[in-house]
Amino acid sequence: MDGDFKADAERHRKLIEEVLAAYPDKAKKRRAKHLNVAEADENDSEGTACDVKSNVKSVPGVMTIRGCAYAGSKGVVWGPIKDMVHISHGPVGCGHYSWSQRRNYYIGKTGGDSFVTMQFTSDFQEKDIVFGGDKKLEKIIDEIQELFPLANGISVQSECPIGLIGDDIEAVSKKKAKEHNTTIVPVRCEGFRGVSQSLGHHIANDAIRDYVFDKKEIEWESTPYDVNLIGDYNIGGDAWSSRILLEEMGLRVIGAWSGDATLAEMERAPKAKLNLIHCYRSMNYICRHMEEKYSIPWVEYNFFGPTQIAKSLRAIAAHFDKTIVEKTEAVIAKYQGLVDAVIEKYKPRLQGKTVMLYVGGLRPRHVVNAYTDLGMEIAGTGYEFAHADDYQRTGHYVKEGTLIYDDVTGYELEKFVEGVRPDLVGSGIKEKYPIQKMGIPFRQMHSWDYSGPYHGYDGFAIFARDMDLAINNPVWSRFDAPWKKAA
Amino acid sequence: MAKLRQIAFYGKGGIGKSTTSQNTLAALVELGQKILIVGCDPKADSTRLILNTKLQDTVLHLAAEAGSVEDLELADVMKIGYKGIKCTESGGPEPGVGCAGRGVITAINFLEENGAYDDVDYVSYDVLGDVVCGGFAMPIRENKAQEIYIVMSGEMMALYAANNIAKGILKYAHSGGVRLGGLICNERKTDKELELAEALAARLGCKLIHFVPRDNIVQHAELRRMTVLQYAPESQQAQEYRELARKIHENSGKGVIPTPITMEELEEMLIEFGIMKTEEQQLAELEAKEAVKAA
Repeated sequence: MDGDFKADAERHRKLIEEVLAAYPDKAKKRRAKHLNVAEADENDSEGTACDVKSNVKSVPGVMTIRGCAYAGSKGVVWGPIKDMVHISHGPVGCGHYSWSQRRNYYIGKTGGDSFVTMQFTSDFQEKDIVFGGDKKLEKIIDEIQELFPLANGISVQSECPIGLIGDDIEAVSKKKAKEHNTTIVPVRCEGFRGVSQSLGHHIANDAIRDYVFDKKEIEWESTPYDVNLIGDYNIGGDAWSSRILLEEMGLRVIGAWSGDATLAEMERAPKAKLNLIHCYRSMNYICRHMEEKYSIPWVEYNFFGPTQIAKSLRAIAAHFDKTIVEKTEAVIAKYQGLVDAVIEKYKPRLQGKTVMLYVGGLRPRHVVNAYTDLGMEIAGTGYEFAHADDYQRTGHYVKEGTLIYDDVTGYELEKFVEGVRPDLVGSGIKEKYPIQKMGIPFRQMHSWDYSGPYHGYDGFAIFARDMDLAINNPVWSRFDAPWKKAA
Repeated sequence: MAKLRQIAFYGKGGIGKSTTSQNTLAALVELGQKILIVGCDPKADSTRLILNTKLQDTVLHLAAEAGSVEDLELADVMKIGYKGIKCTESGGPEPGVGCAGRGVITAINFLEENGAYDDVDYVSYDVLGDVVCGGFAMPIRENKAQEIYIVMSGEMMALYAANNIAKGILKYAHSGGVRLGGLICNERKTDKELELAEALAARLGCKLIHFVPRDNIVQHAELRRMTVLQYAPESQQAQEYRELARKIHENSGKGVIPTPITMEELEEMLIEFGIMKTEEQQLAELEAKEAVKAA
């Protein structure tokens, strides 16, 4: 990328046309609405307009990279709550293949008081389908109570058959919660609901609202600086490297949602003064609810890369008094040395390198400035399950001419990457190996490729190192076979 | 042994499918046919008159007790009733829980795979009245019943149901080999019942196989958990069932692809027979009533 946005825009538009040409008319018409190039925004001189259709059903026959409602609830929102047992209710496959899929770090004794990396399933058999699984669910809940007395609650994560056969998991949960005097949350996140994992997030948020809030008397001494960290799943320790900054600026984090979270943290969330939301897509629902019911304002923040971190810290501080504002400036100043050292070391190695992203939630926009802080450029970005408000927010981050692809198909992404030939692609495990085989460096941007954290100043140092490791790996100089090299 | 013939009885709930089918099959035995009954109803009452008792050991209940259907033996679930008729029931969950449709599929697959269909001339499926989901359509699908017999009467809802079942058969007639064997009219003593049954058969493009007259002897036999054939073999009603059995036996391979009619056509037909009134008639009656009141 040479900074000539107009030229990029033209090239990207042509690329979209070429990619769409392979589709039959009907599919072409539908997919065309999801692909675009960021344009100048008349209402926002700073940002761009990333106008694509989103949050609709994937076109049948394509290889979509989306998940399902169960993945959104069990995998994303509920799974990381560490002191509850989450039952994958239904046949064994959904539970097995979602087992430890996200690197939600937590502190605790696994199998004692924490259960995140364990897998509980009701392992439905044919007889459970025919005769219903409610009795089995009761038995499982009893067994969990006996085997794991330190578990503070249970959630029931519905797989597809539960909704199909009409099991009454609400009645079972109610009965058993009373019997064992514990919290049991039935979640209707059957995979066939909605068009992606996004509805699962919403359903999971609603379940927190309905089964966690206002259920117990909570003794709690409030301070004026109580905040909730919302939508951070502590992938590779992200929430921890975020929490450090918030505490240093004088705030008290009374709950981290839902990475390394406990049920008690969720229960006392309505006591906070401000909700800080990182993954807007998966947890804006509960923030809006808390705003309506408990009058707690919320603010979106971004802890990827020093530019956004400083901007976010200041925006958060603005909600509090002068002492917090002053401390915040001190925090930013404190880490400036680290930031300068990281940029000094890595920017010369990464300057001008181009990146294409395809991820979920918040990352297709949130990580943009972490790259640009290192002198890199975003050539294209897209979301698996975004809604219109996500693309609207994306315009604040990407430049004119950026390729935008919603619910991209395997074929489209491959063609876009071939056409753009960026220096780095950031996406998931399924995309990693095909792209590396094309000779293009790759980083997994769901799991941080088993690294992390990437949030906060500490995370930025690791992020910069990892991108350098991927892009400047000497292996790429050996990509062409020696006998095929020009003489 | 002749080629295995598979038939199924469908019809509106409470129309007398189980009674008609069991009486007919009891008569079919007299023609030297070896028969297997597959009851596809969670209530498990499709073999009561043949076994002279309600079958307790259904496929699904035994499977649930044993762990899974793979743990079952055919002998556990197959009972021998009147004159050697083999009886099985799929069974299923109590109303309001689970998935009875999946249960029917499981039970039929188990019976087939374990040789229940060996050494019989007839397999007869007796299916729950309302085909509520794919599971209850299982016997209509490929390689199951070749002919469907719809039990109906001159009542409006029974005619609606018969036409709907014909639609289901039409759907599967193209993918599999299922055909409509014909209608069996169970007399309810409604107006012009025989004519109406014949007219519907004509519209569906099939035969009215038999018009079974109403006779209290059926109820007497049923109270004693018997078919009429067993309770009063010399009765006129037993003769009727023998006649029906003979016609079904001779109807082998003569099933048709039905031509179901639209709701409007069906309603027109009912109006024609005076079962349903036109709006003008209803209006006229209302006016007459009011006139009487006013007078």
